Amino acid sequence: MLTRTLRKAVRPLVTSVPRSDKFHPSTQSEFINELHMIDPMEIERLPVYRVMDRSGKILRENQDPKFTKEQCVKMYKAMIKTNEFDRVMYDAQRQGRVSFYMTNYGEEAAQIGSIAALNPDDLVYAQYREAGVIFYRGFTYQQACDQCYGNVDDKGAGRQMPVHYGSRELDYVTISSPLTTQLPQAAGSAFALRRAGEKRVVMCYFGEGSASEGDAHAAFNFAATLNCPVIFFCRNNGFAISTPVEDQYNGDGIASRAPGYGMMTIRVDGNDLMAVFNATVKAREIALSENRPILIEAITYRQGHHSTSDDSSRYRSVDEVNMWQKTDHPISRFRQYMMTQGWWSMEEDAALQKSLKKDVLIFPLVTAEKKKKPSIESMFDDVYDVLTPELERQKAELMDHLKQYGKHYNMDQFVK
Amino acid sequence: MIGVTRKTARAMLSRGVNATASVRTHMHFKFQPDDAPAELGATEKTNMCNAIKSAIDIQLARDESTIVFGEDVKFGGVFRCTDGLMDKYGSDRVFNSPLCEQGIAGFGIGAAVAGACTIAEIQFADYIFPAFDQIVNEAAKYRYRSGNEFDCGKLTIRSPCAAVGHGAHYHSQSPEAYFAHTPGLKVCVPRSPIQAKGLLLSAFEDDNPCIVFEPKILYRAAEEQVPVGHYKIPLGKADVLREGTDMTMLSWGTQIHVVREVASIVEEELGISIEVIDLVSILPWDRETVCNSVSKTGRCIITHEAPITCGFGAELQATITSECFFDLEAPPQRVCGLDTPFPHVHEPLYMPTKWKLIQAVKEVMDA
Repeated sequence: MLTRTLRKAVRPLVTSVPRSDKFHPSTQSEFINELHMIDPMEIERLPVYRVMDRSGKILRENQDPKFTKEQCVKMYKAMIKTNEFDRVMYDAQRQGRVSFYMTNYGEEAAQIGSIAALNPDDLVYAQYREAGVIFYRGFTYQQACDQCYGNVDDKGAGRQMPVHYGSRELDYVTISSPLTTQLPQAAGSAFALRRAGEKRVVMCYFGEGSASEGDAHAAFNFAATLNCPVIFFCRNNGFAISTPVEDQYNGDGIASRAPGYGMMTIRVDGNDLMAVFNATVKAREIALSENRPILIEAITYRQGHHSTSDDSSRYRSVDEVNMWQKTDHPISRFRQYMMTQGWWSMEEDAALQKSLKKDVLIFPLVTAEKKKKPSIESMFDDVYDVLTPELERQKAELMDHLKQYGKHYNMDQFVK
Repeated sequence: MIGVTRKTARAMLSRGVNATASVRTHMHFKFQPDDAPAELGATEKTNMCNAIKSAIDIQLARDESTIVFGEDVKFGGVFRCTDGLMDKYGSDRVFNSPLCEQGIAGFGIGAAVAGACTIAEIQFADYIFPAFDQIVNEAAKYRYRSGNEFDCGKLTIRSPCAAVGHGAHYHSQSPEAYFAHTPGLKVCVPRSPIQAKGLLLSAFEDDNPCIVFEPKILYRAAEEQVPVGHYKIPLGKADVLREGTDMTMLSWGTQIHVVREVASIVEEELGISIEVIDLVSILPWDRETVCNSVSKTGRCIITHEAPITCGFGAELQATITSECFFDLEAPPQRVCGLDTPFPHVHEPLYMPTKWKLIQAVKEVMDA
């Protein structure tokens, strides 16, 4: 009797000997008795899910998302509008009218296919190469031009460089330049939305280069351990500025990392709008019904330069770019599908591009250019919810300085 | 241990404990409690750790969106500041994060952006640096860069800081100066249980990302009659703890208690009247109270544990010199930690001790 009581009272040094051959509750792994180092090359590379072939033909009927003509035309127009906007703004930068710009060439399907699969109020975090996403949501060209010019109508109040879009109304969190910081934030937002009982998924876009940052590791681990309904959408476009993927990672891309975190994953053809769409629909369903994160790796190709400060011919051949443009362009693949359905024609295409350039795109640019910048005093707003005494003092000091020296500052560009 | 009986081992351990007891329990300060303002109602004798727990408990009760997390938070925290809260509110609200400060900060920002009152713990202020990018580049700039479309004002980061007697490089740091340099953040340091609870409750409701650095040595050493209910101590306001006429001494956190002791000693032994100010808030800091005081007394000593070069005392000394120059009888001085990493065995010599302060008071008076 006494012995039994003592045995219960004394805490054993190790937990009781496992009855099965599985080692340790935390891994549930089998024992083996032959020494074997696992070479990653032994593990099969993750396959790429695609619905259409390169000429827009659906390969398996049961994977057809069964878009209506209206849906197709809406998504196609969104891709074209993003593309045309890029052309106009890139030229505007070259002419010195806008200080900086980043294009989305080649990634239109990855952007539009994914955002079209979400609800309008799903919360979006992005990196910087997702303009198509915010346009699809309803951001106007005027708003985008206003942001690029940082004028008085810029939602961002003239505070950040061009393409740093954001809109509370459209549930698109304002982007920031530091890479990958949005990933753990997306996990945190998903946690909070889940706790609040909201059936909204968080969608988080990032590039394959960005996935090397510690914040990506943090985000994947937090999202998986804390049951966060978040979709991590990686645009693997082959480059991080000049750095090709061979210099970015040694493993099987980004998707292969997910199982290491206990997270579901899929690799998709990022230039196949239907594959991107299908995967995102499924990811959203799983994320919300099971309260878990999903990683989607969209393999695509960055057809443009990193930004207007980059000349990519310095690190890749023009032939390579042309090859992708001719043989695997997301817009032409989808257009070919639409044309075989009888839902689009080359005449309509030419008319669309013409009308976009003239009416929709040039006008907002010219209008944005003419608007004044936000007032000088507004520079002190939003550091905090209300100005601190010290900020009030600095503002008064600056305005006083300008009374004497204002003529050296080109003050006419600012609203009074 | 091979060759040692259990009995001998026990004896060795207890001898060891006794032998080191004086080192471990020796403190460079004596905590001086304050009275709670009468209007705050009923009080209870509470140490700083439990005062902090009370603040978090009250916030969890009054705001359903509130979440509290960090490393080891679920079982109660390594300092017991969240003890029992998981049992009370559930592990969906009081939970462990993985061991990753950049994740704690980033996740915390995101939760705040989505509307949750978010209380994120960084286990030791010495480990806040992986979170520096998220705090400085993201949290601090969230509202500004988005033109007020988005903000993470519901985020509060709390972190134990400062000397504990044996913490050395990585369990003793006071990193407030790094964050003081970042517009958009609010940073404060409580000196006592009453302050800790009230400042946290202010931070939780403040619509800006706040960092509260809690001097860990005070968790158990500081006990006061703390109001049991909800109350707030304002951010951005300094506290004049003792009025004086000859000199202003300015500090925060644990060091306030060293200053208070020095003020008593020099009053008694040398007849010098010291005005003692607890800065309380590092960012934004209360220029008006501080400069009014130094203009009145004409002399100033600023003291903090963090290393002197570019410690927050530098900002204070620069501003005081500039604003109060014509009222000064002597140059403002700083008595701070040395410009070394925080040492282990040499801690008593590294610190801005009461003897260094007494020497400084004499020198400033004689200047």
